Amino acid sequence: MGRKTEMSIGHDFRPKVVGFLCNWCCYGGADLAGVSRFQYPPFIRVVRLMCSGRVDLSFIFRSFMDGADAVFIGGCHINDCHYNTEGNYDALSMTHLCKKLLERAGIDPKRLRLEWVSAGEGIRFAEVMKDFGKEIKKLGPLGAGEGVSREELQRRINEVVRLIPYIKLAKREKLALHDPDEARYESLYSKEEIDALFRDAPSYYIDPAKCQACMICFKKCPVEAIDGGKNRIHVIDQGKCIKCGTCFEACPPRFNAVAKIIGDSIPEAIPEGQRTIVRKK
Amino acid sequence: MYDQPGRKQGHQVKWRGNKKVEKEEIIKLCRSLDEGNFADVMVVGGGISGIQASLDLATAGFKVYLIDKAPTIGGHMAQLDKTFPTNDCSMCIESPKFVECNRHPNIEIMTYTEVESCEGEAGDFRVTLVKKPRYIKEDNCTGCTTCVEYCPVSYPDKYNQEISKNKAVHIYFSQAIPLVTYIDDSCLFLKEKKCAICQSVCKNDAIDFGQKPERIVINVGAVILSPGFEPFDPALKPEYGYCRYQNVVTSMDYERLLCATGPYEGEILRASDREHPRNIAWIHCVGSRRVTTGDNSYCSAVCCTYTQKQVILTKDHDPSAHCTIFHNDIRSYGKDFERFYQRAERLPDVRFVRSYATIEREIPGTKNIIVRYSDPAEGVKESEFDMVVLSVGLNPPSDFRHLSAKFGIDLTDHGFCKINSANPMETSRRGIFVSGAFQGPMDIPESVVTASGAGSQCGELLGYRRGKLTRERVYPPERDTSKEKPKVGVYVCHCGANIGRVVDVPSTVDYALTLPNVVHAEEGLFICSTEAAQRIADSIRQNGLNRVVVAACTPRTHELLFRDTLREGGINQYLFDFANIREHCSWVHTMEKEEATEKAQDLIRMSVARSSLLEPLQESYLPVNKAALVIGGGVAGMTCALSIAAQGHEVFLLERDRELGGMARRIYYTLEGMDVQAYLSDLVKKVYRHPMLHVHTGAVINKVSGYVGNFTTNITSEKGYHEIRHGAAVIAIGAEQYTPSEYLYGEDERVMTNLELEGRIAAGDEKILKARTLVMIQCVGCRNEERNYCSRVCCSGSVKNALKLKDLNPEMDIYILFRDMRTYGFREDYYREASVRDIKFIRYEAEEKPQVEATHEDGRPVLRVTAIDYILGRKLAVDADFVCLAAAVVPSGSAREIAGLYKLSLGPDSFFQEAHVKLRPVDCAAEGVYLCGTAHYPKHIAETVSQAYGAAGRALTLLSHDTVVASGSVCDVDEKRCIGCGTCIPACRYGAIGFQDTRQGRKAVVNPVLCKGDGLCNAKCPTGAIYLKHYRDEQILRQIDAMFSEQWIADEEEIG
Repeated sequence: MGRKTEMSIGHDFRPKVVGFLCNWCCYGGADLAGVSRFQYPPFIRVVRLMCSGRVDLSFIFRSFMDGADAVFIGGCHINDCHYNTEGNYDALSMTHLCKKLLERAGIDPKRLRLEWVSAGEGIRFAEVMKDFGKEIKKLGPLGAGEGVSREELQRRINEVVRLIPYIKLAKREKLALHDPDEARYESLYSKEEIDALFRDAPSYYIDPAKCQACMICFKKCPVEAIDGGKNRIHVIDQGKCIKCGTCFEACPPRFNAVAKIIGDSIPEAIPEGQRTIVRKK
Repeated sequence: MYDQPGRKQGHQVKWRGNKKVEKEEIIKLCRSLDEGNFADVMVVGGGISGIQASLDLATAGFKVYLIDKAPTIGGHMAQLDKTFPTNDCSMCIESPKFVECNRHPNIEIMTYTEVESCEGEAGDFRVTLVKKPRYIKEDNCTGCTTCVEYCPVSYPDKYNQEISKNKAVHIYFSQAIPLVTYIDDSCLFLKEKKCAICQSVCKNDAIDFGQKPERIVINVGAVILSPGFEPFDPALKPEYGYCRYQNVVTSMDYERLLCATGPYEGEILRASDREHPRNIAWIHCVGSRRVTTGDNSYCSAVCCTYTQKQVILTKDHDPSAHCTIFHNDIRSYGKDFERFYQRAERLPDVRFVRSYATIEREIPGTKNIIVRYSDPAEGVKESEFDMVVLSVGLNPPSDFRHLSAKFGIDLTDHGFCKINSANPMETSRRGIFVSGAFQGPMDIPESVVTASGAGSQCGELLGYRRGKLTRERVYPPERDTSKEKPKVGVYVCHCGANIGRVVDVPSTVDYALTLPNVVHAEEGLFICSTEAAQRIADSIRQNGLNRVVVAACTPRTHELLFRDTLREGGINQYLFDFANIREHCSWVHTMEKEEATEKAQDLIRMSVARSSLLEPLQESYLPVNKAALVIGGGVAGMTCALSIAAQGHEVFLLERDRELGGMARRIYYTLEGMDVQAYLSDLVKKVYRHPMLHVHTGAVINKVSGYVGNFTTNITSEKGYHEIRHGAAVIAIGAEQYTPSEYLYGEDERVMTNLELEGRIAAGDEKILKARTLVMIQCVGCRNEERNYCSRVCCSGSVKNALKLKDLNPEMDIYILFRDMRTYGFREDYYREASVRDIKFIRYEAEEKPQVEATHEDGRPVLRVTAIDYILGRKLAVDADFVCLAAAVVPSGSAREIAGLYKLSLGPDSFFQEAHVKLRPVDCAAEGVYLCGTAHYPKHIAETVSQAYGAAGRALTLLSHDTVVASGSVCDVDEKRCIGCGTCIPACRYGAIGFQDTRQGRKAVVNPVLCKGDGLCNAKCPTGAIYLKHYRDEQILRQIDAMFSEQWIADEEEIG
């Protein structure tokens, strides 16, 4: 009986697919599929972007966080990008990185698909939609297919999302790779490399004994993750920190108060009541 | 500016004293006539050439009438599946131009209209038009196609080459402009006064069987003829088997078969059994390069490459297909054609056979076709094919005689328009110009170039009335919505039945009203109609809306229209979002009504969510410096500079040498017989005499800065150091001749290049003229690994010199050793003449190049040239007195430097890259920079002149404006969040991002003028400091959240 229920779920399962299509090619291909009345399953909801290179890692993770069963990215064929910047290469590299990150989060990377569809390929768009729909139906709903609870999945996604700014910085060269040999991207990111990203991601900590509350790092933090004030010891809110290291660079060497911690746990923040610096006159 | 005599080569334009029409006079004229009947230019023929000419002129300040005899604009390009050599989808690149034309306030489109007569003279033509009845009130028809559905009559569809059927009432094709139906004469009511079902089903009362032909008179200052071509009709000659055998099709039929909107929705099927052909043959030169009656002697110039395109596409459709191409010379003479040919040739199971081929017979039963041809190894052979495609040539437009009579213009013997060989846009009647394939067979980019060129010449002629008749839209003042809470209006379109039949529109409207921030929602039969647009504008005001969401078709065609509606409603145009519930929903989920309705509601919810975060954006207006800089003082640069100057703009012309003239200084005559030196000296004089034109010879560019409309170029010339400020730049730096290292060149003075031979002939060098034997070797230094392109001009150049030598010394033995003779177009006639005059053409293969050896024969020093004669199949040796090498045209040595200075890109062969191979052939990707002459690719003088005028025409579309508009959707930087990591900077290849030093350290800064809004930098920025307006992270994330409604509604409630 249990099996029957499973099958009927499989049958009723209508995947939710978020689609990011570039305006110039794939969106046009999807339009042409419509003009030509090529039918495909009604799973995708399209977000139109100007270029597939605009797709941000965070868009994909937000989609899965919200409950998407799959994400589709559609761009122009390589060398056909509408822009001089050839953003589809960027989409290609980002997608391969993202697949590895999804894997780490316990999400089947097949749930993310990147395809090149020209504005003249209506039939191809429909075919891709049919095929992708079939594949996702086979995988089952997000989480259920992986055998992971929604809460656990969200926790894991959050772990990755918190690191996205750091990943963008650490992998900036590879994310900008433009190589006409598409096969090269397949092996661009190794599992070890991704594990290392998470293992070696630094945390920054302000040593309350050394902090002079000079306000330099406080002012420079791009995401306002540093609490403090005049004569109040600065404290990094680890929840907000994006690990860019700006505070580490900014802290005057004579104070040397910001520590970069890799691997070890970060000391507890100094309690609110003990943060005031009493200076000798 | 209009009283400078002699400013225009070819003919003199003198307005002084006689035909000059004063401004007041024009205004008076406008008032006396119905406003609609007075314009600056009439463009006759709405194919790609006519469209381009209209857009250029209308943008450059002229009012244009665009006339087409078909029910829509678009021409033949709209029938093509893809375009070579990029395989761009033809309709996808052309249809945005339709929309642009349709929306342009200065273009009046008249379709289904023919010209009856054209009286008057340059500056004051009176054109009588006849508008054929389409039996549809164009203003009422919304293009909903309900009538088409109900029409009981099917007849062969012209758009699909009559392979499939359409209804008696139908829209010509789905992107047609105007997007309205027309009724063909196969209509039952028109024939027998029966039926009229369409009338009863039309909800808009658009059917009008009472329509009669309507005569309209329009006054214009100039006319551009762009009637295009007519494909050769092989049915006229039974031996082609067309119409006799079902599986013999023309290349035009085949385009439709390939196309997704074609008769079998993109499936290649045989007419006889609707099976996929597995084994297809193409026969080249059908109707071309043949002197038999009914055929054309000229080469149609486009067939070789379009056949290769069809082969490549066939293999895309069916990788297992076998393709055989029976060809004569392969004429891959255009930019990137050679690589395209190689691409086709290297595909598996594709066979290029150099042979004359004939259709022998059809096999009864299978209806396969037997083709007879000759094989070098096996002699005459017969092969069987499932389908045969005839690569038909280009004829002049079918009504060429009428065109000639109506417009009073001369024709050539071939029936094309007779043109001035030094100015291909000029007809025999002043004020009437010609563009596109009516000049002679040409491809799309050339049709576009000549259109811009004809436009520029209209501009020269009518400069005095520029901007007098044109108008710009006036909008009400924009309301400041920045302090308001989002108030969204949602409009859901039925699109006739296109959406409404699948999506439950009324319940969707109800649903929209339940969404956060939505204060108004309504449905409409056609939201895009003028009347609905007015209703939206009114409701923006009445309901105090500050966001609008339209759920209808695609933003790719209609976004601009609705943005306009928002402006009419008095709010910022960027406060709009589109939910595509037709192309992406009702049309693709036709059978799943419930799911489609749910999807439509999801899409609307996502749009509403995004729209709430949209911000008003300002398009920036940048001032335009009215001067132009032209780099390169050859024929291209001088012609372009003169045309721009003639339209009242200051031009700075830079030449690296001490003298103007460029490569043309070494050319004495053309194949067609023009005296190049006389032409050149005339051109140089005009340049120096023109008061608006400043020549700098011996010029070197030191530094360039700025952007479209505002460039600064620092130069040093013979006149010293100068800083030139200019709005536009034209790259006309030309090309160079390859210096051969082969065939004893440089070692033996009897071996020379084409240009050197021409110089010696012109100088009357006795040694040359008295030579007994002269051998020319083609393709020296190109069509090889190092330079994988064809230099385009050398085949004609050799024929030209050979014919000249024959004139001067009929006894001379001349041999031309070639790989493919590429005397395309009308040049073919000269090639034939050369053969007739006993010039010997011997083909060699790239792998078996000829050998040249200095030796003695009978005590006489000779150059012994040996080669394999493939026709006779044996080695051949000729003892020549001289050997002439057709040396390649190579890019200018300074191309890379100039490209770097103006941030332009070079193609794989180091010629300058145009913005779009097909539709923007003289624009560079960097705005405000244009391109002409051999800097773009090798070309003949006439082609260079076309392109030079074309570049001038394009430059005028910029220079004639005081400001240039830049999109509001560009990137900006939140300085606080920028950590100066620099990740964004290399991501932008437009060079729009740089660093600036602030008190908080270095921060990224965006130059909004250079930003094209792709948003790559945004995706790369680790802190979210750099952001693309209108596509900000928050806006997109909110849209994603809204797809999963709980998340978004929760967020909204929290905010609310």
